[in-house]
Amino acid sequence: MILRTENLTAGYGKTAVVNGLSVTVQPGEILTLIGANGAGKSTVLKTLAAMLKPLAGAVYLDRKALSSIPETELAQQVALLLTDRIDPERMTCAEVVASGRYPYTGRLGILSEEDWRIVYHAMDAVRIRELADRSFHAISDGQRQRVMLARAVSQQPEILLLDEPTSYLDIRHKLELLTYIRQLAGAEGLAVVMSLHELDLAERVSDRILCIKDGKPDRLGTPEEIFTDGYIRALYGLEKGTFHALFGAPELPAVRGVPEVFVIGGGGAGIPVYRQLQRQGVPFAAGVLQENDLDYPVAAALAAELIAEKPFEPVSPEAFDRALRVLRECRAVICCCKTFGAMNEGNRRLKQEAEKAGLLHDH
Amino acid sequence: MDMLKCTHKRTVRYGAAFCLLTGLVILLSFLNLCMGSSSLTLREVFAVLTGSSTDETAVRILTMIRLPRMLAALVLGGALSVAGFQLQCFFGNPIAGPFVLGISSGAKLTVALALVCALQGGFLLRAGGLVAASFVGSLLSMGFILLLSGKLRNTSLLIVCGIMIGYICSAVTDLVVTFADDTNIVDLHNWSMGSFSGTDWGDVQAMSLTAGAALVLSFFLAKPMDAYRLGEAYARNMGVNIRRFRVELILLSSVLSACVTAFAGPVSFVGVAVPHLVKGLLGTAKPLIVLPACFLGGAAFCLLCDLLARMLFAPVELSISTVTAVFGAPVVIGMMLQRRKHG
Repeated sequence: MILRTENLTAGYGKTAVVNGLSVTVQPGEILTLIGANGAGKSTVLKTLAAMLKPLAGAVYLDRKALSSIPETELAQQVALLLTDRIDPERMTCAEVVASGRYPYTGRLGILSEEDWRIVYHAMDAVRIRELADRSFHAISDGQRQRVMLARAVSQQPEILLLDEPTSYLDIRHKLELLTYIRQLAGAEGLAVVMSLHELDLAERVSDRILCIKDGKPDRLGTPEEIFTDGYIRALYGLEKGTFHALFGAPELPAVRGVPEVFVIGGGGAGIPVYRQLQRQGVPFAAGVLQENDLDYPVAAALAAELIAEKPFEPVSPEAFDRALRVLRECRAVICCCKTFGAMNEGNRRLKQEAEKAGLLHDH
Repeated sequence: MDMLKCTHKRTVRYGAAFCLLTGLVILLSFLNLCMGSSSLTLREVFAVLTGSSTDETAVRILTMIRLPRMLAALVLGGALSVAGFQLQCFFGNPIAGPFVLGISSGAKLTVALALVCALQGGFLLRAGGLVAASFVGSLLSMGFILLLSGKLRNTSLLIVCGIMIGYICSAVTDLVVTFADDTNIVDLHNWSMGSFSGTDWGDVQAMSLTAGAALVLSFFLAKPMDAYRLGEAYARNMGVNIRRFRVELILLSSVLSACVTAFAGPVSFVGVAVPHLVKGLLGTAKPLIVLPACFLGGAAFCLLCDLLARMLFAPVELSISTVTAVFGAPVVIGMMLQRRKHG
């Protein structure tokens, strides 16, 4: 089933939140909405779920307008996971999951054996089987989130709409959940539209990403097209700190000022030291790093001064001289490198100079 | 398989609870028939019921007084607690009920007005007229509460407003009663305090038809009510037509509580206490199970309360609300404390 919007304006009452959205989601595809808080991700999802009427434009399932599909039929095709907390009275987790079978039951809503089989299958899939008979009130927020996902899955939809499905989850469950969603899209051919705050995860799990900014879709593309350093910065209006597109990770803002500490890094060893100095509020210099070094992007984000070398080139005499000048002005030098080779021969000499000057600190 | 074992355990519990409630209703029904200013033995009661009795007085007491009154307590008690359960579902708050939200008092006001107007006009208001007047009052109060609920997101505040509406309506009713024609005040006064006394067969017929129809329709709302437990958003996603469902639920709940108020006056706390006790007994709040259990529970509760109202200080009779409040209010307080503990 293909989900398509045509020049959709989503919003509450008469206030438009997102204007002019035209996007098509194919079966088996994961489309992730990203954007700042309040950008309108949830509003778009609720409009796709027919919970909000489009202010303009329309949503189509295959060729049918969403508004023309009878409620029960729609419920069998589109399932939803919201961020709203629910407070059901005296309900076990199995009952909450079982409510997903609602659109398939008869006049009195009694579940058949087949319905229960589907319910327990969904619970197994998100690994909450052991919670089945526990009260929904007695479990953690993370567990609730998974119960609600199982509920959506037991609805056996063709379109799955998830509003921040990873909230409240720890890292293990985030990965499990996204792996499972990937699997739903892949093996079962569900079209998934979700909003995510974790950009690193969005980059890894999504087929396409839709960025919402200033009340309109700003960019739509593959993660590779979206995750460029400058764009994420602009999308979220980052003024402090930076975002590494490649790492999918943010860094806090650098401590500016005259470097007090010189860090000799390379090969990833420098990163924890850079971050520690940043936390302590100490401006530092980093060197000498090749531009393709693992340490380089973090140093570029955090160091007050960075002495860099071209990729795959040994440390040039110019870079060495510059580094030495900066190093001598510092009150301490930290060397993170354990081994030296042809490429960082310069760094070995820097370390010797520091030792001679009595500036070298043990790391 | 644990799923089947668990389902089985639940079925046993539901079965036991329903047997208990049905047993209570039957037991209390017979107690209500036997006990009174002149006691009758069970054998005498059976003799009258099977039509083989020769005791004229016993026949008259039972068929003219006790039997219609017992049936009124049974039907109206059940209707009231079902109405309460529906309102709790609607507002997502277990303290909601027809009395607490001022719906009973609104009905009381319109019924009092209708009665006074009828008396002044010199014609008799029949059962159907009473129910209609009561229904109008219920809907007016309900409409007002709904208007407020649009503005007040906090349901506790809504309930405070409901109680205030109740007081206002009661005050106006008192005013109406005070200025009513002398000869009829006593009757009207008794009614406005709440009582099952003076029920005749015409009343029983009217209330059974009205409440019966509303109860059957209510039972078929069990499915959307179940979905609504997860909140409006998820209910909508499960295919519930929210607008239609809310209208249906409110209308049925209003009919049920209007029916009670029309015949027995305002009866307090049954609509809140009974659903709570029944849910505790069943260990679930699943509407499909709770709705019929609520009816039985409310019937048993009102039969017991009416028995006590008649017998405790005989020959003086207490108003039904006096007794239901003594039993119901502590349950409600206990419920609020329990809720606080859970979060």
